[in-house]
Amino acid sequence: MTTMDDYRNNVEIQWCPGCPNFGILQAFKKALVELKKAPHEVCMVSGIGQAAKLPHYLKCNFFNGLHGRTLPVALGVHVANPQLTTIVVTGDGDCYGEGGNHFLHTLRRNPDITVVVHNNEIYALTKGQASPTTPRGEKRALQLRGVEVAPLNPLAIAIHHGCGFVARGFAGDVEHLKGLLVEAISYRGLSYVDVIQPCITWGTHPVSWYQERVYKLGEAHDPGSREAALEKCMEQGDKIPTGVIYKGPSREVFAEKFTNAAGKRPLPELQPPGQHEILEFLSGFQAAEGS
Amino acid sequence: MEDLNVVIAGAAGEGVQTVGETLARTISAQGYAVFAWQEYESRIRGGQNSYSIRIGEHTQNAPLMRADVLLALNQGVVKKYQPLLKEGGTLIAQKQLEKRMIAIPFADIAEEEFKNKIYANTIAVGVAAGVIGIDLDALKQVLAHTFKEKGATVVESNLSAAELGYRRATQECRDLCPWKLPEREGRYYLISGTEAISLAAAFAGCRFIAAYPMTPSTGIITFFAGHEDRLGVCAEQAEDEIAAVNMALGASYAGARAMTATSGGGFALMVEGVSLAGMTETPLVIVLAQRPGPATGLPTRTGQGELLFAIHAGHGEFPKLVLAPSDPYDAFHKIVKAFNLADKYQMPVIVLTDHFLADSQFSVSDFDLGLLRPDIQLADPQKIDEYKRYLLTDNGISPRLYPGQSKHLVGVDSDEHDEQGHITEDLGKTVKAMVEKRLAKIEGLREEISPPEEISVDDADTVLVGWGSSRGALLEVMRLLKQEGTKVGMLHFTELWPLPEFSFPKGKTYITVESNATGQLARLLRSEYGVSFKGTISRYDGLPLTSMYIRSRFDDYHG
Repeated sequence: MTTMDDYRNNVEIQWCPGCPNFGILQAFKKALVELKKAPHEVCMVSGIGQAAKLPHYLKCNFFNGLHGRTLPVALGVHVANPQLTTIVVTGDGDCYGEGGNHFLHTLRRNPDITVVVHNNEIYALTKGQASPTTPRGEKRALQLRGVEVAPLNPLAIAIHHGCGFVARGFAGDVEHLKGLLVEAISYRGLSYVDVIQPCITWGTHPVSWYQERVYKLGEAHDPGSREAALEKCMEQGDKIPTGVIYKGPSREVFAEKFTNAAGKRPLPELQPPGQHEILEFLSGFQAAEGS
Repeated sequence: MEDLNVVIAGAAGEGVQTVGETLARTISAQGYAVFAWQEYESRIRGGQNSYSIRIGEHTQNAPLMRADVLLALNQGVVKKYQPLLKEGGTLIAQKQLEKRMIAIPFADIAEEEFKNKIYANTIAVGVAAGVIGIDLDALKQVLAHTFKEKGATVVESNLSAAELGYRRATQECRDLCPWKLPEREGRYYLISGTEAISLAAAFAGCRFIAAYPMTPSTGIITFFAGHEDRLGVCAEQAEDEIAAVNMALGASYAGARAMTATSGGGFALMVEGVSLAGMTETPLVIVLAQRPGPATGLPTRTGQGELLFAIHAGHGEFPKLVLAPSDPYDAFHKIVKAFNLADKYQMPVIVLTDHFLADSQFSVSDFDLGLLRPDIQLADPQKIDEYKRYLLTDNGISPRLYPGQSKHLVGVDSDEHDEQGHITEDLGKTVKAMVEKRLAKIEGLREEISPPEEISVDDADTVLVGWGSSRGALLEVMRLLKQEGTKVGMLHFTELWPLPEFSFPKGKTYITVESNATGQLARLLRSEYGVSFKGTISRYDGLPLTSMYIRSRFDDYHG
């Protein structure tokens, strides 16, 4: 049986003391234990930023790659081994800024992976510049007059582009976030969770500011309705909804026909075509033979 | 017989390639060594393009510029291509443009006989076959094969169209068709660099390719997509080259041999991924099919301008291998070597090709697969107690497992890391050890590198030094020069980084021959071997190096 201890490792955590990232890490461990996933069945893919360090702080397979490039790496991992539980851990700069193009096309592809974005509305590891989700008007290290461009609405983008599972969590509510992660990882197809993760060092507002504004979506919200979900995505400012915003039916996942043909086995276990098969193929280039 | 060169010219969309390929396949099936290359503009319709077929009794995989036969599919191309026609050569066109030529209105005949202009091309093929004296039945066989899937009616119409063209040609030939190409014993694979590379990759165990379309590399992913059932390679069109290289790295990390293919501009986007492969020690094969730059350059032309770019690609210091095959035979072997060494040394391998190698059809008598095989270097998880992805070893190679293969956890990092793959700032000890570990792999790698091909170097006064796809042209110019009594030799590099152990014999004049403007090979060899060059025969107009081109510039540096 998998326990919290199985996910513990002794790597020194480099986050600022008290960072809400600790809450996300805790939620991940709890979710994986609840899902009875053993560490070797899990592969975390991250890029660069404070969020991207998370895979170092729990025991599992991990690929900590380049800034913004998490999603293509995860796609490659998923195709090569569809049996792995592939989880992308990324931030708002990594996923919506540097990797914005990959985000759009991953939504289209619908790989069976989970994408968790630590959204702190700031570039924390480079000391406080604006990110694609910084609200207009908030000051940042480079945006001294306040941010003058509109923020992205990544949840609405995800729903628009066919993502079947879209949720928002809050790093300050570990139990609730754990529940979202369990549901996201269990979903067949691309699942995406944006997590409000206030930056306690460079951010505009303290954690309590967010605590006062987040609320949990209740029975009144129908996550099966795209229209209702999009409406919830537009709700910003004084009331911030958290929970499963949209959950649609599973559709065909990326490369499914290919991986089905391979019996869903990891590609490295398959035998490549041998000399005989290649020579037979080559004989087609000996012009007009057999015609 | 002396080699015969047939040039088919026309506009894009007019069927130059279809006519050319049908003819080339027919001649190859008759047992001749065929070399076919094409040059075309970067457009889908219009312009002036050509497809040249060199026919001989021995393999000569090099282009000839002068034509014995010019088949003009429209009048507009005659002006551009007629200067290529040799004295006594035969022009074939739809209208009588001069006295001494063959005029057959393919399009009008198609309209009259078949009520469909689409048969004009098959009539033209029939005419060309008649002019060069190839067997009509052989042509019919190839056509029947080509149109098989379109049904019996289409096949029948094409066969009679070909016959019509053939008969008309023989009626019009008079003294204009001195050629005869009876069936021979020869048997060749007629294959392009792209096809050889794709098949070799599948043979080497490649399971995944991600790429973004860019001429002249697109043919590789297209080949895999078209033969997915047979070859079992998953092909994904990425949103950009950055995604392509990272997808391939993800698949490779997860244990599948993976590759990508691109050209110069796309490779520029991939470069951070090359560095990532170096740092994470993830095997990766990148085919870089060159075309002239800078920037967009000449999308459908050829060149060798990315040698130094490929060798220096990637920030930071890490081992990588750069290969530059000379022809489809060599490309097959080099691709297998690329995958095997990428796996063994856990690093990126760049295979430099170019438009000329990718798209031309070469004759290969045997691929000599012999002992060639995919050499998978993954470690055995059973034999490992505590797994460390970046275990420090004397030769720098750590045992590689993939995630999910066993209970061992596989962690890799683009940050400087410790043996477990975790981020480190332990500068004096861990960081230093990791830098040294990665670079230690170069020592073993260097021993895997083959020396340049040497021909007649000992007896030579002057040695031509080339690389990659110009081998055929170099071999041919050597023969021309030797016939003239010049003491000439040749050195040909196909494994370019790390450079092999080699010493240039003293007392000779060295000249590099390159499809770039700045003599990149000369610069590389000068800095690595301390050899000096009298000069470089450069070609940078987008056309391939030919023996005549090299010969015409040889005297500038010789003697």
